[in-house]
This record gives sequence, structure tokens and C-alpha cells, in this order.
Amino acid sequence: MQDWISLGYLLSAALFIFGLKKLGHPRTAPFGNQLGALGMLVAVVTTILQMGLGDGIEWVLIGAGLVIGSLIGLWMAIRVEMTGMPELVALFNRFGGAASALVALSEVWRYMEDSSNVPTDQLEITVIMVAAGLSALVGWMTLTGSLLAMFKLKGGVSIFGKWIKTPTWGPVWLNPVKVMMVVGVAVLIYLSIDAPTDENYLWGIIGISSLLGIVLVLPIGGADMPVVVSLLTSLSVLSAAFSGFIIGNSVLIVAGSLVGASGLILTFIMCKAMNRTLPDVLFKSFGGSGEKESLTRTKVGSDPDEVAMMLDGAQKVIIVPGYGMAVSQCQHQVKEFADLIAEKYDTEVKYAIHPVAGRMPGHMNVLLAEANVPYEQLIEMDEINPEFPDCDVALVIGANDTTNPAARSGEGPLAGMPIIDADAARTVVIVKRSLSVGYAGVDNDLFYMDKTMMLFGDGKAMMTGLNNAIKES
Amino acid sequence: MTPEFLIGNITLFVLAIFLGFELITKVPATLHTPLMSGANAISGISIIGALIGANVAYDGGATAVSGILAFVAVVLAMINVVGGFAVTNRMLNMIAGKKRGGA
Repeated sequence: MQDWISLGYLLSAALFIFGLKKLGHPRTAPFGNQLGALGMLVAVVTTILQMGLGDGIEWVLIGAGLVIGSLIGLWMAIRVEMTGMPELVALFNRFGGAASALVALSEVWRYMEDSSNVPTDQLEITVIMVAAGLSALVGWMTLTGSLLAMFKLKGGVSIFGKWIKTPTWGPVWLNPVKVMMVVGVAVLIYLSIDAPTDENYLWGIIGISSLLGIVLVLPIGGADMPVVVSLLTSLSVLSAAFSGFIIGNSVLIVAGSLVGASGLILTFIMCKAMNRTLPDVLFKSFGGSGEKESLTRTKVGSDPDEVAMMLDGAQKVIIVPGYGMAVSQCQHQVKEFADLIAEKYDTEVKYAIHPVAGRMPGHMNVLLAEANVPYEQLIEMDEINPEFPDCDVALVIGANDTTNPAARSGEGPLAGMPIIDADAARTVVIVKRSLSVGYAGVDNDLFYMDKTMMLFGDGKAMMTGLNNAIKES
Repeated sequence: MTPEFLIGNITLFVLAIFLGFELITKVPATLHTPLMSGANAISGISIIGALIGANVAYDGGATAVSGILAFVAVVLAMINVVGGFAVTNRMLNMIAGKKRGGA
């Protein structure tokens, strides 16, 4: 009986591994995703068969839960705009993490309500309490942490119509406090092993973990926030693995740790792209510390007609997209612009993709793919940078920190972060709403260079204007 | 639960972590977002835990609170699974469709 169940889970784990592998190559990626979905189906069917098809009330409830969850998930996936993708994926992830934490809570709750439910085997109770405690730590910490991160990405929160700016605050003494909180949770988990029915330990673990999430995210500013979001995501996946230990289920352990590790790799890739290490991000407070200088310099804006005239005769244009393109959703206008100048002036067009442009690795690629931009035109930072000196016009759309020459100076929050060398182009055109600082809170010298033309306004409106000006010229 | 069973599980845990690191190292930046999203859908495997938890809660010492917790867990995990795979599929179709049309 047990044998075929293990085989079912083995098949599903193999499908996950194969699917993840296929997801890593552009051509096989859709197939990889389908393999993953198939693996999930195998795992669910195996589990349901194992439970035995009774006809009690539990089947109605479980079936209803499955259907309701599927419908909500499908509806959210179909409805979402491509610009909201990073937030949606993070949200889905939190649901999964919350589910694991709830499974652990539900198991422990049974002991509290009726102590005859407590397993008598000492090893079993130890494993369950440790795994449940870790699952609670990770689950609650990532929940409060990512909520705060979400508001920090927005820049603030609106309470009764009043805009309250989310603070960035992290004195040095906060670091030992973080460590002490983790130790505190570990001690509570240890104590709870001997007293699984004592709910005070449970509330203590939940309380400290929730606080820890806030304390961890509060000092982080600058461009480091996407790294933290990615780290929280991979941690919350691990809670699935912990819940696998509680109920002794191999496929939960394998899938949870596999995906947790792959998420951690993505976090490292982002750190490397920004020339940071993970401890730097977690324990040093960067940027946005209230030392922002008020802007004293000014720059006269250009208009689309002027830019269109200058583009006439340009042989090579490199487009540098950033988060502003995602916000104004102007990727279709950008693509139209590229087609127009390629057709009219026979211009060579390329896109320079900074590894952390947007709010998630690869964010720009997804948006431009939606607008049907050919894959070959999207060039990664290291390959495109040597091409800027031969480039007539660099068109920067809603990007700021990723083009800021201050990063080369070795000082300030952006120090050491590799940037797109847009300033090496013969002319730079920047589409941006204002001269205001970017996410890292550093003034951008690129805006004030003599060869820079600023187009002040919303990305979509400006690109539409520019396209019309080119058509008329 | 025997010690051998526990050690077997820990072995799986550690080996799967190494495998996860190996699988992801060389991936073009274009695929980072779909990969994150697809991996996240797989992490919806917590549906298995939620199902088993729900079954135990309703079957065995069914207490109201743990039953409700398990039901909510099933719904949340299912949102993660179905939404995750659907949204990844949407993204990948865009990337693949563009390659066929553009190249």
C-alpha cells in the first residue's frame, strides 16, 4: 500500500526537477512549466487516493477548498497586468507560505485542545515541535517583512487621506537585537518540545517572528529592496519543506528545499549584479537616510519635435528601459518608436537591460516581450556597455539609478553598483516625470550633462508624442 | 517515527538543496522572472500538507479551530498552485510567441 504512494511522490518530484531544468532555457521553458504542473497533479492525485475515498463531510470541505482556491488563482492570473507581475508572484508565494504555517499551526492546535492527541513517541514530538516552530518563524517573519517591503516600494502609505512616508531606520545596535531575536525563537522552540500543549510558547514564537520581519526590513533602503523581497520569497518556500517534516512527507521536503535553494541563487545573482554581498544588504543600512540634498540644479526640458529632429539621421539608438516604463506601461509605444525609426531612418535599435532594472530580475524582458520586441535586440549590460561610444542616441525611459554615474565614484548608497554607460553615448535623451532622485535617493549627474535632453512627462504620453513627431517630420 | 526515517528525510532535504543550486546557476536574464514564477508555483506543493492536514483534522480528533485552519490552508495553497502555473504560462507564451514572430 505505502509503496505505490512513495512511487507516486517520486514521479512527481522527478517531474519538478525536470521541469525546473527545462524552465532554464528559452525554447523549452513552456514545456518545463507544463511538466511542473503535471508533477503537481500527480502529487495531489496520489495524496487524495492515499487518504481513501470516504463519503464524510471532510470530502465536501476539501473539495470545496480545492475548487475555491483554483478559481481565485485562475482569476487573478488572467486579470493581472504584466506590470504588476512581481507583486503578484510575491503575493502567490505568501499564500503558499501562509498555507504551510497554517498546517503547522493546525497540527499543534490539536494538541492544545485535546492533550490525548499528543504523540507519545519522544522523537516524533521533538521533530514536530521543531519543524512547527521553524515554520512559524519563517512564515510570520516573511509575512510582516514583505508587507513592510511592499509599502516601502510604494514609498509610503495613505492613512485617512494623509500620506505617511515609510521610514528607513537602522542604527548599528539593531544588528545584535536581530540576532538575539533569532536566538530567542530558538530557545522558545526548545522549551516547547517538553510542553507541546502550552500555548504561551506558540504566541511567543509568533510574536517575536512578526517583529523580526519588521526589524529586518526597516533599515533597508536604496536599491537593495528587490534583493530582500527575493530573499523573503525563497525563505517562505522553505516553510513547505518544514511542514514536510511534520507530516513525514517526502515530496514536500524535496520540492520545498529544491525551490528554496533555487530562489536563494536568484537572490545571489541580484546581489552580484549590484556588487553587494548578502550580509551587506542585511546588516548595513544603505541609502535613503534622510541626508538627501534638496535639488538646487535645474535643467531645461526639451520637446518631442526637437528630439525627433535630432533622431533624423541617427545610425544607432540604444533604448534603456527602467521601472518608469513599467509604471506608465508604455512598452508598446517604445516598440512602435523602435519600428518607426528603423523603417524611416534605417536606424539600428537595441535595448540595454540592466540586471536589476524594474523590481525583479528579468522584469524588463517580460514587459518588452509582451510588446513583441525581438529577443535578439535585448542585450545584457556587460555586452552592451562597450557599444555606447558608437551610439548616436541613448534613450533612457524611466530609468535612473541604473544609469547614475555616481555609482562609479565609490561613495554614497550606489557605490560600486555596475551601471549602464548611457553617458558614453553622443546624445542622451531621458524620458522622466521630473528631476527627482531615484530609489536610492541619489541625485543623477547624467540629467545635467550638456548632451542630455530631458523629456519631462509620463512615459506613455511622451513616447506617443515622440512617435507622432517622427511620423510628421 | 524511527530515527532512520528522520535521517532519511534530512538526507533528502540536504540533497535537494544542492540540486536546487545546481539547476539554476546558468540561466539567461530573460527567464529570471518566469523561472521565479514557475518555481514559486512548484512551491505550492504545500497543498499536499494542507490536504493531509485537513484530512487529519476532520477525520481524527476533529476540533473546530484546526479544521478551519486546515480549510483556509487548502484554499490558499490552491491559489498559489493554479495561479502560479497559469501566470507563468501566460508569460512564457508571450516570450515564445514573440520569438516565432520576430526572428
